[in-house]
Amino acid sequence: MMRLRQLCRDFQVGDQVVHALDHVDLEIRSGEYISVMGASGSGKSTLLNILGLLDRATSGTYTLNGADVSTLDDNALAEQRQENIGFIFQSFHLIPRLTAVENVELPMLLSGTPVAVRRERAQEVLEAVGLGARFDHRPDQLSGGERQRVAIGRAIVMKPSLLLADEPTGNLDSRSSTEVVEIIEQLNDDGISLMVVTHDPDLGERARRHLFMRDGKIISDDGDAA
Amino acid sequence: MKAIDTSRLAVQAIRRYPMRTSMLLTAVAIGVAAVVLLTSIGEGARRYVTGEFAALGTHLLVVLPGKAETTGGGGGAGMMIGETARDLTLEDAMAIERIQRVAQVAPIVIGSGTASWRQREREITVLGTTTEMLEIQHLSMRSGSFLPEIDMDVASPICVLGDNVASEFFGATAPLGQWLRIGDTRCRIIGVMDQAGTAGPFEVDELVIMPVASAQQLFNAPGVFRILVEAVNQESMAAARREIIRIVAARHQGEEDITVVTQDAVLDTFESIFDMITMGLAGIAAISLIVAGVLIMNVMLVAVSQRTKEIGLLRALGAKQRQIISLFLTEAVMLSFAGALLGLLIGELGSRLLGVAFPVLEFVAPLWAMAAAVLTAVISGLLFSILPARRAARLDPVLALAGR
Repeated sequence: MMRLRQLCRDFQVGDQVVHALDHVDLEIRSGEYISVMGASGSGKSTLLNILGLLDRATSGTYTLNGADVSTLDDNALAEQRQENIGFIFQSFHLIPRLTAVENVELPMLLSGTPVAVRRERAQEVLEAVGLGARFDHRPDQLSGGERQRVAIGRAIVMKPSLLLADEPTGNLDSRSSTEVVEIIEQLNDDGISLMVVTHDPDLGERARRHLFMRDGKIISDDGDAA
Repeated sequence: MKAIDTSRLAVQAIRRYPMRTSMLLTAVAIGVAAVVLLTSIGEGARRYVTGEFAALGTHLLVVLPGKAETTGGGGGAGMMIGETARDLTLEDAMAIERIQRVAQVAPIVIGSGTASWRQREREITVLGTTTEMLEIQHLSMRSGSFLPEIDMDVASPICVLGDNVASEFFGATAPLGQWLRIGDTRCRIIGVMDQAGTAGPFEVDELVIMPVASAQQLFNAPGVFRILVEAVNQESMAAARREIIRIVAARHQGEEDITVVTQDAVLDTFESIFDMITMGLAGIAAISLIVAGVLIMNVMLVAVSQRTKEIGLLRALGAKQRQIISLFLTEAVMLSFAGALLGLLIGELGSRLLGVAFPVLEFVAPLWAMAAAVLTAVISGLLFSILPARRAARLDPVLALAGR
């Protein structure tokens, strides 16, 4: 479903070129549950951004659902993100002036979904992440775990095929972490592909496939064996 | 994204930053209010002047000798460049008086002479005319009476003094019945005019007025300077004008050698001058709207950097660059439009206050000025937000999400 071939992403830092991704080959099949671990600066966030079409490769190819997306223009990339990718961030990135249900509606608003459909679908999703009673709460009226659940709702409301989570439990206490992890694992069980970038070995261990990165390279991948 | 959703997001953003919002509203409102106030002052002055002018004589036609090249709009210029081909005469005036559409006629002879009374002597302007002058020019008497109703061609040694002339010669002495020497002749003073300022082209206060035939004798000139004609009503102005030209031409061996200026033409000139002044004022005030535009740009740039993360998030959720641009532009247009409405309100209040302070003038901003002010405000808000909006749209999503 997703395939990276000899993919490089270089950054110019001063006069130095940093290889954030260094000739990465990676194949992700539908419905996989993958964790990406590694030290800071190992390139795991860059990998996530490339897979999420937020960033472009310097060289190499990226094939998403059979189509080469490395050459798409900005508009087409935006459409691909809208349809195929859900993001979950460490700091939730909710818009503080919008209510829970409005935050969840945001992707549909951008895609031009009619109001009635939008509201119904957003409420459905919020029910699914266990926030049925909190539609009208703004982020500052919600706990950290609840905020992340709103963010998950927003990530899956467009029914993407890939969910990308960058340290999803990084700002949460252990009880909320467990809830959040259970929700995204449930989503994975329902068929969505899940990639979690984390420092937390316990969280990383839960995935079925484990990638380890160092200096822009994948140094260990137990997926090909499985 | 639907327009209604874009607007809703913009409104939410506007409400989230009350400080920024009130700053922008104030800047735009000041600009629009300035346009409204200044143009209402210009318009007030225009209405005052044209109103005064119209009060002077609504159906007035001025006949002058010589065929002017330009007629109509350039009334003032026509009077200046009219070439004297053949003199207008009292007989012409009498002929004009017989036209049905003409209510009354006042021929005018004008010249200067030296007037003296006892030891006092000064140069004065002598105006020869008939009794109709009083009514045609809406003048009034302080004491005594105006010229009596006598035939145009009958001279009589009487005169009426303008306010200044009377006070300079006679001071505290009563001028009525005194004999004033003008050149070689003497005339008895039968009346003194009220202070009048300028009526038409004359400084009434500085005049000595006498029967037209007497003035012709004094200056030894057979012609008249011009003939003031009052038509019976506004509608018959054009017909009266044609009649006058036809009849005088018939009297002048078929030669059309006169110019008839209507007061409309003079009024038109005044109106267009004041329109220019009002537009100039509007232009000056509009500069403040451009300044407001620069402020809008500044504030929008700050807004973009404040909301970097949000922009990154929207991009991650699939927002296209175009959508980010339209979000910011919508915000700017809404802000400047709201500011413009506020400005209209302030301007309206201001001109009402002015109206209370100066009840003589009627302060009403012209509709075009209000529309132009609102339009300029919105367009300036839009134009000056393009740069910030594009900057927002071009943020790198990854960096924006990280807040950098």
